[in-house]
Amino acid sequence: MMSAPFLSLQYLQVTFDIRRPGSWPWTPPRKLHAVNGVSLDLAAGECLGIVGESGSGKSTLARAIIGTVPTSGGKILFEGKDLAEMEPGERRAHRRDVQMIFQDPLAALNPRMTVGEIIAEPLVTHFPKTPRAEVKQRVAKLMERVGLLPNLINRYPHEFSGGQCQRIGIARALILEPKLVICDEPVSALDVSVQAQVINLLMELQRDMGLSMIFIAHDLSVVKHISDRIGVMYLGRIMEEGDADRLTTRPEHPYTQALISSVPIPDPKLEKARPREVIVGELPSPMNPPSGCVFRTRCRKAQASCAGERPKMIAIPGEDHKVACPFHEAEALLEVSA
Amino acid sequence: MYPDKTKMESLTQAVDAAEVRGRSLWTDARVRFMRNKAAVGGLVVLIGILLFALFGSFFQAWTHEAIDWKLMGRVAQIGGPSIENGHYFGADELGRDLYARVVQGTGISIMVGVVGSIVAVVVGTLYGATAGFFGGRLDNIMMRTVDVLMSIPFMFVLILMLVIWGRSITMLFVGIGLISWLDMARIVRGQTLTIKNKEFVEAAIAVGVSPFRIILRHIVPNLLGIVVVYATLLIPGLIMAESFISFLGLGVQEPMTSLGALIQAGSKQMLYGAWWQIAFPLFFFLATLFAFTFVGDGLRDALDPKDR
Repeated sequence: MMSAPFLSLQYLQVTFDIRRPGSWPWTPPRKLHAVNGVSLDLAAGECLGIVGESGSGKSTLARAIIGTVPTSGGKILFEGKDLAEMEPGERRAHRRDVQMIFQDPLAALNPRMTVGEIIAEPLVTHFPKTPRAEVKQRVAKLMERVGLLPNLINRYPHEFSGGQCQRIGIARALILEPKLVICDEPVSALDVSVQAQVINLLMELQRDMGLSMIFIAHDLSVVKHISDRIGVMYLGRIMEEGDADRLTTRPEHPYTQALISSVPIPDPKLEKARPREVIVGELPSPMNPPSGCVFRTRCRKAQASCAGERPKMIAIPGEDHKVACPFHEAEALLEVSA
Repeated sequence: MYPDKTKMESLTQAVDAAEVRGRSLWTDARVRFMRNKAAVGGLVVLIGILLFALFGSFFQAWTHEAIDWKLMGRVAQIGGPSIENGHYFGADELGRDLYARVVQGTGISIMVGVVGSIVAVVVGTLYGATAGFFGGRLDNIMMRTVDVLMSIPFMFVLILMLVIWGRSITMLFVGIGLISWLDMARIVRGQTLTIKNKEFVEAAIAVGVSPFRIILRHIVPNLLGIVVVYATLLIPGLIMAESFISFLGLGVQEPMTSLGALIQAGSKQMLYGAWWQIAFPLFFFLATLFAFTFVGDGLRDALDPKDR
């Protein structure tokens, strides 16, 4: 284990109150557990991938870390400090250190602001006394760094392509030189060729600036390519986490196995030959999750005992690998194409 | 085959060096507006009317209060429009110059519309954006207040105010200003609710921009299109309201006048054949309303191209 993790989530919970329209103000609202007891560690300079299907709470987790969604339980320790107990001044500093890259590149940019204004906004917000010339110079430098021509500084977001918009979003996230960047599905809305460019750019920047990164996606092959470690989420919980290579080649949890077997292999012969495990049914409602193991309703290994207690994280001896299934067994799968 | 390399290089250098000026959404909207002939026509008419109201008084031969005693009692027979005696639009039943009175009345009418509209834009936008952005209990309190104010019969209250505190133009402005922002606040709040869920607002929150700056820098510029359109379309409504009040005799008081008061006076004189007394004020009244409506429609099409 590492000494003191850079970022540590300890049984983090995020709950939303759902009020039925027209109900009385004093009737207790129904609870939606978007993130339900997630514990994860992130070392400095490391990239943690988080995968899971839509509605599994990945984005909510990201928003809880960045502080736009209130947590309802558990702790977020950032460099050993509890986020909830920070003074306002420290919180501002924390905001500087943690930045986010969003899913929809165009929607994340204010259409009425020029690219220069957008990229400079974090800088101007946190250091309002920075001289304008310096702001401009830093913006131009950063634009060059992320692969945009600096003379496009006065253009507006709608004049750019999706990939360029995402580069603008990356530049905005990096102008304060943060320590942690959270990427919430940064490439899902892009073409495959552009995806590769943006991911390579992110990896390059991570290496050069020594960033820690949380990379959220539903595409396992993308996550495997960029991450050092991967966490698999399902219905607000971590099912399995561990070293990226090990987790993708020797997954232990039935859910991860099913996820990996659904990644297509770009060779028709291999694709036809391999065994397929298809997850049937829909994601259960997070308002009313199944008891015990949340995956048991769709699991091929489900047994009566799965409905009882919530399964504990079991560490695989000698490996950086933990799995939340008592019936886990390694299954050698075909290499995921990256 | 290939183009001259040095030339190409100097070209790329030139392209690299110059900062490209972006086309903002406002520029796009202006281009679209200029392509809309009805809207540009409306704008030209509107500018004409504004110039008439502002500078028309320099060309008048009589002031709006002066009585032409020669015409007294014989207005219907000899008080018609004429260049010789300086009554370009004719004279009213007391022998006052109708041209000067129309210039003055148009000015008052437009001022009522514009002032009411500015109040609506400033108060309504900030109020609605604040309610929509913060949401929750604050939103509930603010919007229920608007509901309560809206449920008060405005015309009735305005008439009462004019009766109690005296019929003055200030009171008219106060009354119209008090109610004009209510609709705007509702529209702006609704728009804010959709805008605040966009990712760029979330990005600003995540960066740590203060709520007030988010409202001013991210939300208001994005709903300004709708605000401008609504404000332009609000002006004719306010002019109508003022005219109605003046028609009842409660609005602008003599010797000042407004288009509504002139039309009211003119409608009485139609019986005696003094057609000009209603024709000229009515013409300016309708032209102003049509022009504002066309401009408003053009602005809507220009600023909101998806909604067509």
